[in-house]
Amino acid sequence: MRQKMRALMLVAPLLIFVVVTFIVPILSMLFRSVENEIVPNTIPGTVVALSEWDGSTGQPPHEDVYRNLYIDLFKAEEAKQHTRLGTRLNYEQTGVSSLFRTTGRSLDDIGELWQDPLEAIDPNFEEGSFWFEMMSGTGGEGFLEQRRELMAAMSDENMSGDVGFVPSAEIIEMLPWTARAYTDFALWAAIRDGDTVAEEDPWESVYGALGMDLTNPDTVSAINSYNGAGASALQAAAANIDQLPDFGFREAFTQEDEDWGNAEVWATIKLYSPSMTPGYFLNSVDMSLTPDGVKMKPDNQQIYTTLFTRTLVMALIITGSCILLGYPVAWLLANLPMRTASILMILVLLPFWTSLLVRTSAWKVLLQQQGVINEILVWLGFVDDADRLILMNNATGTVIAMTHILLPFMILPLYSVMKTIPPSYQRAAKSLGATNWTAFWRVYFPQSVPGIGAGSILVFILAIGYYITPEIVGGTDGVFISNRIAYHISSSLNWGLAAALGSILLVVVLGLYWCYDKIVGIDNVKLGG
Amino acid sequence: MADGASNEAFVEFERVQKSYDGESLVVKDLNLTMPKGEFLTMLGPSGSGKTTCLMMLAGFETATHGDIRLGGVSINDIPPHKRGIGMVFQNYALFPHMTIAENLAFPLEVRKLGKAEQEEKVKRALDMVEMGSFGGRRPAQLSGGQQQRVALARALVFEPELVLMDEPLGALDKQLREKMQFEITHLAHQLGITTVYVTHDQTEALTMSDRVAVFDDGRIQQLAAPDKLYEEPENSFVAQFIGENNTLEGIIKEIKGNTCVVQLDGGEIIDAVPVNVTEVGERTRVSIRPERVEYNRDRLHEDAHTLKAEVLEFIYMGDIFRTRLRVAGNDEFIIKTRNAPDQVRLTPGQEIEIGWLAEDCRALDAS
Repeated sequence: MRQKMRALMLVAPLLIFVVVTFIVPILSMLFRSVENEIVPNTIPGTVVALSEWDGSTGQPPHEDVYRNLYIDLFKAEEAKQHTRLGTRLNYEQTGVSSLFRTTGRSLDDIGELWQDPLEAIDPNFEEGSFWFEMMSGTGGEGFLEQRRELMAAMSDENMSGDVGFVPSAEIIEMLPWTARAYTDFALWAAIRDGDTVAEEDPWESVYGALGMDLTNPDTVSAINSYNGAGASALQAAAANIDQLPDFGFREAFTQEDEDWGNAEVWATIKLYSPSMTPGYFLNSVDMSLTPDGVKMKPDNQQIYTTLFTRTLVMALIITGSCILLGYPVAWLLANLPMRTASILMILVLLPFWTSLLVRTSAWKVLLQQQGVINEILVWLGFVDDADRLILMNNATGTVIAMTHILLPFMILPLYSVMKTIPPSYQRAAKSLGATNWTAFWRVYFPQSVPGIGAGSILVFILAIGYYITPEIVGGTDGVFISNRIAYHISSSLNWGLAAALGSILLVVVLGLYWCYDKIVGIDNVKLGG
Repeated sequence: MADGASNEAFVEFERVQKSYDGESLVVKDLNLTMPKGEFLTMLGPSGSGKTTCLMMLAGFETATHGDIRLGGVSINDIPPHKRGIGMVFQNYALFPHMTIAENLAFPLEVRKLGKAEQEEKVKRALDMVEMGSFGGRRPAQLSGGQQQRVALARALVFEPELVLMDEPLGALDKQLREKMQFEITHLAHQLGITTVYVTHDQTEALTMSDRVAVFDDGRIQQLAAPDKLYEEPENSFVAQFIGENNTLEGIIKEIKGNTCVVQLDGGEIIDAVPVNVTEVGERTRVSIRPERVEYNRDRLHEDAHTLKAEVLEFIYMGDIFRTRLRVAGNDEFIIKTRNAPDQVRLTPGQEIEIGWLAEDCRALDAS
């Protein structure tokens, strides 16, 4: 036991390093392929309200959903989180991004539809201190903490701290919408902006929320028998409901953008409400999650299965050509006299000492239509000047350049295995009556197979994840899945999809490795010795 | 030579030379004739050219000059796989990816024998080396001795007339080596195969061979039957290389037919047989085997010359006693005596007189 502990202590630094810099980042990246917390975190109220909506009717959801959306979106807009949500949902339905962005800009306007008449009814509603006095009280600590947690999840920030405000339990009971909106405002003003809540004018959403509460007849009757702080102003507002807008929030939203009345948009939001989603993975295999279930994408949008197949096929072709080209070179390396072999070895290793980018760019110079190879072929008369070979910006270019770049990874393991095959085996074979070819094929070759295995695994796995070379010489026909992953990581910023594609690639490689182990046996792979 | 003179030559090396770099010769003017069925050993220190000779015979090296004949036909231009010579390699060279049976079937397969015939021959060959039940195993699963047997069986399975063995017992421990030495010679004689055996172990060479060719410096120094080689070495190198040997240096004083008188550098006079010395006054190196030295005055001729000796060390070795003496200024003079009941045990510091029969003392070249 003590021995084990000591051993563990010895490897601990490396272990920690590997875990922290390799395993944890990979796992967290892979987790992004199913993670979908942004939707339930940004619009938590809406997600809950939406769960009761049946999208199959084709009707937009109930007013309640829009009210929640307004409260959620308003604070998201304050935290500038609503555009992120728009971007996320835009992966699933185009147009959602701009819908969220434009609506975000007019949330104030919607609130003012209620703010203006309310302030006209009772000027007290203009005063921040009046609102503070009316909303404050006792017994609302639990409610405050609940809103604080939601706010923290939405804004990705630590919202802890003293708010200087405790909502009144009575008001929460009587004006539930207003209490939510005002508490959100108080949290934001006190903790994010560092202001004193009582001195600040409330958000427009607070007025909208009071409007929501006033549509409830129970609330109105409760107000009339209420005698706490701000009772007169509330009673005045309740008495003059007819001065408030005669429409609800559904209409307010649809007026801003008619897409808010579109059941499809809501169906998408509902579909992606859970905090985990198979959506990215389905996307990676050209399927999509629709309200009617999982469906194949239309033919013209299917790209990933093609890319996966192409990546595998081309990695196999590259591995094959590396074996064909590398085997004789490795054989020469292992069998030539020392002096010649070392010169050859330098030639093999030379590419290793050259930047990958330089090598690939050199291939660009060689392969292009006005490039060295075409010029020579035209000059020799093998190819007509009019139809020069297209060697680049297609699969051919990728195969040629990658075979060259990965060749050392085939030659070196092959060489190290061949070096261990004593020449006496072939001599023995010949003395037993085998011709040179039979001695090679029956005796030498089988013993070099572990080297081929090791080289193939190396080359294949490197090829399957290669990205710079296909990017430069691959054009559109010669790009790999990794180019797509890189695109989603750095350009489209759809990390979830990139993570899903990466996970699939990882699983495919592990699967192939497993097959290889079953068929060839990983014990038969030698990297040397 | 003596043994095979009546038989027809089967393997012949005629004026064979070999050079790897075109300047220095590794094999210099090699002439060798072997009759059919002979077991010949090429013995020599490393770098003496013995393995090169074997490789030329097998066809893996080509002779720079000269002719190698097998059954009267020059094989200089015949590639190794058409020579039909069985060979056992130093590290056995059993194909690791094939089973024992597959290893043995390999030479039959490339000769395109039928499956049934192959199996029959493989079985017979394995039984011959008592490895009949190991056909399904891989070489790595066998011990060194077992691999050795399989390698032997593989070299014999296609019934070659000539088998070459390149230090085949080098990797085995002493006991196993002695057992295999016996088995190999037995098998070779039983099957009547001509065998060329290369080794640097003189005991192996002496116990196994019909004749031994002692190689040094690219030449055969002596080619003779083991007993002649040991008892009648023809030059200093052979005398030194084979067995243990005492040497004393001096000048030829007198040659009388089959005997000569040698004056050692210290002035002492001894009798010897002149081997490759011809003139009086020539420098010579005299060679006496330790077991032929006598210190019991009664057993020597009356007129034999004797030398004074001082005992330096006495070693009890069980079956024999080994005594180191200082003789004529030579501190490394060894005598061996049998552990017989009446044998005298010498003590260090003791002064004795030693002598020998003139025919046991050979005056050889001084080089």
